Amino acid sequence: MTTPLLRIRNLHARVGDREILRGIDLEVGAGEVHAIMGPNGSGKSTLAQVLAGRETYQVTEGEVLYQGKDLLALSPEERAVAGVFMAFQYPVEIPGVGNLYFLRTALNAIRARRGEEELDAMDFLAFAKEKMKLVAMDQSFLGRSVNEGFSGGEKKRNEIFQMAVLDPRLAILDETDSGLDIDALRTVASGVNGLRTPDRAMIVITHYQRLLDYIVPDRVHVLGSGRIVRSGDRSLALELEKKGYALLEGEPPSLSAGEAR
Amino acid sequence: MSAPETLEDLTSRQYKYGFVTDIEADAVPRGLNEDIIRLISAKKNEPAFMLEWRLRAFRHWLTMKEPRWQNVHYPPIDYQDIVYYSAPKPKGAGPKSLDEVDPELRRTFDKLGIPLLEQQRLAGVAVDAVFDSVSVATTFKEKLARAGVIFSSFSEAVQNHPDLVRKYLGSVVPYSDNFFATLNSAVFSDGSFCFIPRGVRCPMELSTYFRINAENTGQFERTLIVAEEGSSVSYLEGCTAPMRDKNQLHAAVVELVALDGAHIKYSTVQNWYPGDAEGRGGIFNFVTKRGACRGKASKISWTQVETGSAITWKYPSVILQGDDSVGEFHSVALTNNRQQADTGTKMIHIGRNTRSTILSKGISAGRGQNTYRGLVKIQKSAAGARNYTQCDSLLLGSRCGAHTMPYIEVKNRSARVEHEASTSKIGEDQLFYCMQRGISAEEAVSMIVNGFCRQVFQKLPMEFAVEAQKLLSVSLEGSIA
Repeated sequence: MTTPLLRIRNLHARVGDREILRGIDLEVGAGEVHAIMGPNGSGKSTLAQVLAGRETYQVTEGEVLYQGKDLLALSPEERAVAGVFMAFQYPVEIPGVGNLYFLRTALNAIRARRGEEELDAMDFLAFAKEKMKLVAMDQSFLGRSVNEGFSGGEKKRNEIFQMAVLDPRLAILDETDSGLDIDALRTVASGVNGLRTPDRAMIVITHYQRLLDYIVPDRVHVLGSGRIVRSGDRSLALELEKKGYALLEGEPPSLSAGEAR
Repeated sequence: MSAPETLEDLTSRQYKYGFVTDIEADAVPRGLNEDIIRLISAKKNEPAFMLEWRLRAFRHWLTMKEPRWQNVHYPPIDYQDIVYYSAPKPKGAGPKSLDEVDPELRRTFDKLGIPLLEQQRLAGVAVDAVFDSVSVATTFKEKLARAGVIFSSFSEAVQNHPDLVRKYLGSVVPYSDNFFATLNSAVFSDGSFCFIPRGVRCPMELSTYFRINAENTGQFERTLIVAEEGSSVSYLEGCTAPMRDKNQLHAAVVELVALDGAHIKYSTVQNWYPGDAEGRGGIFNFVTKRGACRGKASKISWTQVETGSAITWKYPSVILQGDDSVGEFHSVALTNNRQQADTGTKMIHIGRNTRSTILSKGISAGRGQNTYRGLVKIQKSAAGARNYTQCDSLLLGSRCGAHTMPYIEVKNRSARVEHEASTSKIGEDQLFYCMQRGISAEEAVSMIVNGFCRQVFQKLPMEFAVEAQKLLSVSLEGSIA
């Protein structure tokens, strides 16, 4: 077997004195979609942020290999250049900066660092318009300020649109379903499905199984207190939906021991 | 590297325009007394009314105290240690055309990136280049003359159009107005004069580049723009100055007069030497700018982008005298390192249905201190007056400061005055969002700040807007802690 695209070993991370990740082990291969589920506070979003390089979290132990290289040694923008993308749970507003301009700056920054030719405004516009179709976005979005005054659904669609433009190798979707009604959820999910390719891996973080009806994962992992406590195929998500996260309470004692430390 | 550290690096780029041009200067002795003023007036071959006006101002100035209410701090200025007049000495006769301009001076302009010929050809802008205190090159005069527009150095206007100067000089900012305006009235060396006759739309944007050069020379500019009934003009003022160890005082006065239906748009990009990272050196920019909407439905619009100077202290204001007249103030003020700015506007509503808009964007970085100070005054006579004010402050880091001091005086019940203010910090979340998308912290800060200022930049003429954006990015390098 070839090396997985992403290999996480015994990852520990904290904010201040609070340890949030307590030994994550995970392997994700190219072309695979892994769902990460778990109750609030289990560390799902922290894992996403640590992978994307957020400074707020200190990694205290473990390693993350991406394409066989130490991902944690890279700055956030170097990770973006290497093909890591995170769809934010709460996309940030940047007043006065046009969506199209923002995205072109991002794409060109990445292309420049890769030694590729930058796209001029006209070429980029044509390119962006093509990608917008994927999430059924209106062209009026392009002229608006980044996420400013966007509805929840629009923000999430915008994230997937950005992902389509930046064409990452590893996409981490952090609760992309939160705050979406069923129609918006379908639109976003079909956008994500349209981006599934044999060489792209995705980590889909969600609280609810509902999203996984639309984005069908290859593997499902359940996080509890900063560790993966169960892994399985799609049926695990369905089981969780029936029994709720209470299911986790009957877990092996090792977890409780860890908790009691 | 952490985001704050990166920001620290970004904001310490060096001032690009630091050099001194070696041109022989023709200066008067250091210090200030009536003889010096007589000498300045004589050197400029001024008519008697000018000398009298200067002397009245000087005598009044002697009775005044330097103001201390502003939220800026600087060591005492020794007014006897300033050379009040300095003119570049022409080698041989004065230049008759651009080709005859002192090559040394031309090289200076080249270094600044404003070659006059290019400017003329590409932008169609007439440039009245003020180098130190005397205008040495005035372009496009003929085209303007055909339209009946007078655009010349102030000295030339005093010689060629004394009646106009006499009629309007001091009519908006009287010689007794304030300490620095009064000093300017006594000693001003040169500046620009524009006169747009009735019904004429000025065929091009008028532009002046100011430059402070001779060492220890206070620069006292005087600008007067008069727009007659139904005329319109757009005036651009842009500045850079060479690097200096010693603080230099700059006390300019700008007066605008708009008669019935006239429109004046006055745009400034100010990038004088701000001093080093510790606050040494840099220009003291104490300026009085005021416009009078004297006529019905006249309009005066100030737009300023202030990124330079150690201290910026100015309140471009509008007196809304004519019924239905309109005043606007759009401002971006950036302070980095130890820079201080106390700037804003005064909108004085006198006429009926007068309207004013204030849009102020303050950016503080490093240890910069940024104060918005504004007055909206609605007189009893100003029935139906309206004002809308928006003051936004953006902080980069935790050692800088933003202060907002709006004063509102309303004496007419039918007036409507709105004030909105906000203060925000460049969020770690905004930076991270940009960086996750592959944009470096440096580019991200510049992008976020430019976005913050967009509403104001949109008010600038196109070529200025581009320059202003670049300037902002350069000025920000090295901010935040």
